[in-house]
Amino acid sequence: MLYAILCYHDEAEVNSWPKEKDDAVLAKRAVVTQKLAAQGKLGPVARLMPTTAATTVRSGREPWIIDGPFAETKEQLLGFYIVDCATLEEALEAARELGRDETGALEVRPLRVFMPGSRTA
Amino acid sequence: MTEIAWIDAVLRSARPQAVSALLRYFRELDQAEEAFQEACLRALKNWPVNGPPRDPTAWLIMVGRNSILDDVRRQSRNRPLPADEIISDLDDAEADLAERLDSSHYRDDVVRLLFICCHPDLPATQQIALALRIVSGLSVKEIARAFLVSESAMEQRITRAKGRVAKADVPFETPGAIERAERLAAVAAMIYLLFNEGYSASGGTVHVRVPLCEEAIRLARLLLRLFPSEPEIMGLTALLLLQHARAPARLDADGSIILLEEQDRRLWDRDMIAEGLALIDKALRHRRPGPYQVQAAIAGVHAHAARAEDTDWAEIDQLYATLERLQPSPVITLNRAVAVSKVQGPGAALTMIEPLASQLSGYFHFFGLKGALLMQLDRAAEARVAFDQAIALANTAAEAAHIRAHLDRLVRESASNSRAGASS
Repeated sequence: MLYAILCYHDEAEVNSWPKEKDDAVLAKRAVVTQKLAAQGKLGPVARLMPTTAATTVRSGREPWIIDGPFAETKEQLLGFYIVDCATLEEALEAARELGRDETGALEVRPLRVFMPGSRTA
Repeated sequence: MTEIAWIDAVLRSARPQAVSALLRYFRELDQAEEAFQEACLRALKNWPVNGPPRDPTAWLIMVGRNSILDDVRRQSRNRPLPADEIISDLDDAEADLAERLDSSHYRDDVVRLLFICCHPDLPATQQIALALRIVSGLSVKEIARAFLVSESAMEQRITRAKGRVAKADVPFETPGAIERAERLAAVAAMIYLLFNEGYSASGGTVHVRVPLCEEAIRLARLLLRLFPSEPEIMGLTALLLLQHARAPARLDADGSIILLEEQDRRLWDRDMIAEGLALIDKALRHRRPGPYQVQAAIAGVHAHAARAEDTDWAEIDQLYATLERLQPSPVITLNRAVAVSKVQGPGAALTMIEPLASQLSGYFHFFGLKGALLMQLDRAAEARVAFDQAIALANTAAEAAHIRAHLDRLVRESASNSRAGASS
């Protein structure tokens, strides 16, 4: 079974960490991911940019674009795509197309770090 | 991270929101600060035992408000009060407050608190000092160190500034759209000033004071979270990130300035650059250009160039032309002249800056650039005069040292030229 492990934290706090603290947390986590990678169990790993860099597309016949992250609490995170686009406009167009004639929302957030992972199949 | 360090980090990040909400309750700065202080003390006692609350900011506001109300009650009735444990279990009250925190008047609270620090009667450095004390919660000692003054002098300065803003009477009603925009603009300008204070000290020897820059970025991000659709706030945040990304490459081992062209670009912080560029991309969608967005775009052009010689100077020239239209100023024309010197040559740039001489007669960078252009045009004697004027106007030892290096080169070149002349 494939599992996604989603990371949550107070971003204002994490963004205030001094670099040494941030590096220490990443190093601690790298020990775990390296172990998983050695076992061939590690899929893609990504670190997102802050929510201030996000733009949200409200799906529908006429998709509606909102600056900022998806902030509603009545909907749940159901999945994600990773796309490689030259501009935000191109990524937003992809999100518009994906959600066309549906309800719900698609948040477009640039990645800060991306590692493709060791899992091959 | 130890428990105390973790709680400290939470208190620090909750402070702007919590103090500004408490200010709305009490309408008095000292009382709001005191309430927050009291809430922090209780958090340090309570959280290690009961675990962190679901919404720390809401907890701090609630407990801070109660602590002051408790005091009032204690004084009026002189009766024992319920223990802290009862307050620590806020349940519904906390959820209710957390919900209200998301509403729009809450963001007006934070802008009000920052705006109070921007009182027009206060000189810029006092505005910044006040914001660092009240909004960011830096200690007087830390602020004094950042401004290179004694602790007692800074204490006095902040007390005086507080006295002045206390009388300013900023209204607590929800501001109208125009008033909100004006407040936001004043606050953005103050954050930019704070960043610049850290980026190029206006006195003393230290040239990059990283904590001030980081604090400015933190406040800009806070503002952007509260106003996610304001392209100028995106531009401001992007600008600060893109400039701060270069900090690791700006000074050499002796603390001398390394100019943009000579910086080791591998030292630039790629994460900050990527975030800055992403924010510019976001801002562009709004098609409402403003000075921060254009300045960020200029910094973005530099960030895109892997080597100095790859810089798209024509694009930078265009962007400065836009900036001149949006915000005419001799300093912007001076900056544009740098781009013009790359695209059209030093002669064209010199012609462009000559009319600025009277307006910029006290400006270090004017004479620095003038000297550099004259040097490129092989007008060594005039270049030396300009460099001497620049040194006299230098704000920091690093600036002066940089110009002195140019002068040394002129002296060396003229010596070797005269030798060459003698032997030919």
